[in-house]
Amino acid sequence: MKPHRRQRLAVILFLLITVGSGVTFMLIALNENINLFYSAEQILTGAAPKNKTIKAGGMVLEGSVERSPHNLEVRFLISDMQGHSVPIIYTGILPDLFREGQGVVTEGMLEDSGNFRASRVLAKHDENYMPPELADMLNEKHVQNKSWSKIP
Amino acid sequence: MLGWFHRLGSPKTFFGMSQSWPKTFGLLSLVLLALGTVWGLLFAPPDYQQGHSVRIMYVHVPAAAVAQSCYLIMAISSAVFLIWNIKLADWAAKSMAPIGASLAFLVLITGAIWGKPTWGTWWVWDARLTSTLVLLLLYLGIIALRNALEEKGNDGRPCAVLALVGLVNLPIIKYSVDWWFTLHQPASFTLTEKPKMPPEMWIPLLLMAAGYYLFVFSVWTSRIRNEIISRERKTAWAKAWAGSQ
Repeated sequence: MKPHRRQRLAVILFLLITVGSGVTFMLIALNENINLFYSAEQILTGAAPKNKTIKAGGMVLEGSVERSPHNLEVRFLISDMQGHSVPIIYTGILPDLFREGQGVVTEGMLEDSGNFRASRVLAKHDENYMPPELADMLNEKHVQNKSWSKIP
Repeated sequence: MLGWFHRLGSPKTFFGMSQSWPKTFGLLSLVLLALGTVWGLLFAPPDYQQGHSVRIMYVHVPAAAVAQSCYLIMAISSAVFLIWNIKLADWAAKSMAPIGASLAFLVLITGAIWGKPTWGTWWVWDARLTSTLVLLLLYLGIIALRNALEEKGNDGRPCAVLALVGLVNLPIIKYSVDWWFTLHQPASFTLTEKPKMPPEMWIPLLLMAAGYYLFVFSVWTSRIRNEIISRERKTAWAKAWAGSQ
């Protein structure tokens, strides 16, 4: 490679490294603000602001969904699956993909009582795709395993 | 090796060599896209949660992958132009920008259409969606800058620098779903693990992806050839070629 070309290559590499590290530092500094939602742990430890519109995300804990018999109010717990969970209260129509064990992102306010009053619930989809028959089979297996484990 | 590289960089040689590329790769891509579309839309199974809206994946996922690949190719062409001063590389970068922009637009639109029934919203400002919007804006910025430069008779040097600076966005798009909490799900395909979907879903997806790549290659070479012939129209070889058509 001729010297002037090598020099231009060096300038380009320098440019990429400078811009790359600049953006990296910026993203690290902005880290908290880039997250779409607060996790259950952040809400429990007080990292999330109260009485301000924020988003909270996590898994809908199995067996935690309670529907009101009178109106559209629904209460459930969202969990980070590491022992932290936050109670969510929502009135309205839930997305089709909402179910127990499913990831959700809720938008609303954290009240002083520790309840999170959601005005919007979004269902998160995971990276797994499968046909319904396969899902049924897995479910049956799951149920079988459960019943087996009860025998002893 | 270097000799081959320099010959490829000559507009005349490239023009002669690439004569049949747009048509050949275009036809090949049509076959793959037709096969993938029919398979994906009619025969692939629905998803256990998303139902039939999973089929948007066959348009969305390849478009996302190819929109980013286009950017990478554009940035490499720009670097080649800046280092070796090869005009053809500048034209190649110029020819790629609108293709990448269209694909980035397609990704955002199909993503929104899928997001509404699946997530319950057309759009959220999460890291994946926002960085993909930045990709579209980078493409549009580069196209606008190119138009302004050519009006004044300049070459694409500033465009090439902008394309290289924007390269930093690619790893951000790729890893956004791992680095931050996002609404968008992580990748279903990784180099090290099995795909997170059955073959009856990923085979048509793979056909679509191959079809998209060939389609882009066909349109790209056709645009480069247009660029060459319109810029070299006063040379003897171009006139001779035009006469033979």
